[in-house]
Amino acid sequence: MIELENVGYNYGGGELLTNVSVKLAPGSFHFLTGPSGAGKTTLLKLCYGALTPTSGRVRAFNMDVQGLDRDQMAHLRRRVGVVHQDCRFLDHLPVIENIALPLIVSGKDLGGEEANLRELLNWVGLSSRADALPPELSGGERQRAALARSVILSPDVIIADEPTGNVDWEMSQRLLQLLVELNRMGKTILVATHDMALIRAAKNQVQARVLRISSKQLHLAGADL
Amino acid sequence: MSEGRLRKLIIGDAQADRVVPPSGFTAHLTLFASGAMAFLAVFALALSLASGRLADRWAEELARAATLRINAPLEQRDAQTRQALTILNQTPGVASARALSSEEQAALLAPWFGSSLPIDRLPVPQLIEVIEDEQGYDSTGLRLRLQAEVPGAVLDDHTRWRAPLVDAARALRRLGAVSILLIAGAMAAMVTLAANAALAANAQVIEVLRLVGALDSYIAHAFVRRFTLRALGGSAAGVALGMIGVWLMPEASNEGGFLTGLGFQGWGWLLPLLIPLLAAAVAFMATTRAANKRLGDLT
Ligand SMILES: Nc1ncnc2c1ncn2[C@@H]1O[C@H](COP(=O)(O)OP(=O)(O)OP(=O)(O)O)[C@@H](O)[C@H]1O
Ligand SMILES: [Mg+2]
Repeated sequence: MIELENVGYNYGGGELLTNVSVKLAPGSFHFLTGPSGAGKTTLLKLCYGALTPTSGRVRAFNMDVQGLDRDQMAHLRRRVGVVHQDCRFLDHLPVIENIALPLIVSGKDLGGEEANLRELLNWVGLSSRADALPPELSGGERQRAALARSVILSPDVIIADEPTGNVDWEMSQRLLQLLVELNRMGKTILVATHDMALIRAAKNQVQARVLRISSKQLHLAGADL
Repeated sequence: MSEGRLRKLIIGDAQADRVVPPSGFTAHLTLFASGAMAFLAVFALALSLASGRLADRWAEELARAATLRINAPLEQRDAQTRQALTILNQTPGVASARALSSEEQAALLAPWFGSSLPIDRLPVPQLIEVIEDEQGYDSTGLRLRLQAEVPGAVLDDHTRWRAPLVDAARALRRLGAVSILLIAGAMAAMVTLAANAALAANAQVIEVLRLVGALDSYIAHAFVRRFTLRALGGSAAGVALGMIGVWLMPEASNEGGFLTGLGFQGWGWLLPLLIPLLAAAVAFMATTRAANKRLGDLT
């Protein structure tokens, strides 16, 4: 699905990542971990095309991401659901419309999706908050709304950046549950987190591989977790 | 632009319209400015049309008729008049030449001397009306010939004072046309500024829309539609007010001359109705350019 080949990245102040090669196979579940500032968010952005690598190549769905024009990039975004670390929403629209935003901008008929949308809201436990505005949500509610928005177009790949950053243990278990269910439906999942307990909990439920960024490189973490 | 896109632009998509937050300030500015511009454009158009009509009419009337005056002693007047008429009838470019009868001449003089003037016995010059045909005659050649054969004849072909008047009317028409172009340009500049302000104010919104997979054309469309409709609405109101203003002006009359003729006539009243369409087209192009430029600058 997504493939990085000898990718390097540099914001201008020296190399942040060098020689990163990884392949996200269809239906796989990956965790990405590493200390704060190691470059987890950067690596995820490289995967969904928000950043172009300073060296190496990124391929998504067998297309060279660097070669895509803006319209092709927009279409790529529809095939990759992203939960951003800072969950961006349109603050003037209620939660339900924010979740439906990918449908709206891709010109889909909302009438036919109404039932799906309600079900999805129910699934992330936001039915009662459907008409609230994003600034009125708690951190955990925002992250669940972001997760709902990332899956509304039923993408093949879901990339989540610290989806449990703002929530308590119980809520993070629920979010993990949602991701595991998506994986069982055949979605490819990549989750950045520094929460080891979450990774351990996930290992009981799915075949998850753990990637760790240390000294600018990506390593496959062993069973030492 | 295809018909489908045009229909979508006008009818719009209620959902798509909501993704960009309503912006009260630029909306009102755009409405007001396009209204004011359209109002001015109506007057520039009226001025241009009226002076164009005037230039055409003057040029037409004055070019066609000339007067030949025979200043001769009473006993030679008839002979010279006959001689002049013979020459005129031989001149190529003269459609007809006719000596005014003494009654006609008396009627011309009546406002000054009263109607009881014994015109036959006075040394009043004889007037001959000369009507040109399409090609027109060579007035210098005609003058030379008359000078040689009819010493008392003076050809007054109005050219001396006709030319600057017609030029002035034509210059007014040009000024009107240039004003309309300037108004359109100023409107494009204003819409561009307002659209840029709106795009900048909504940078966050644009970013989120890109993140969830919106095409540039979708984002641009949301802005373009708004500004086009605002320009259309504002200028329609401006045109309506301007047309009422023109309509309230006095009717054209002979006494009032140029000033009272300043208005629309017949089909001319339909012309200002094109202004809102033009304004919408200008706004459409200006916003499309601004949006595409801005979106193209993003990475
Ligand atoms: N736009 C940017 N310009 C310059 N430097 C940046 C930019 N974004 C991130 N960085 C730097 O790159 C490094 C990696 O940032 P990144 O956000 O990828 O870290 P992270 O692993 O996601 O951290 P965290 O766990 O805190 O989210 C940091 O040192 C950060 O300061
Ligand atoms: Mg991060």
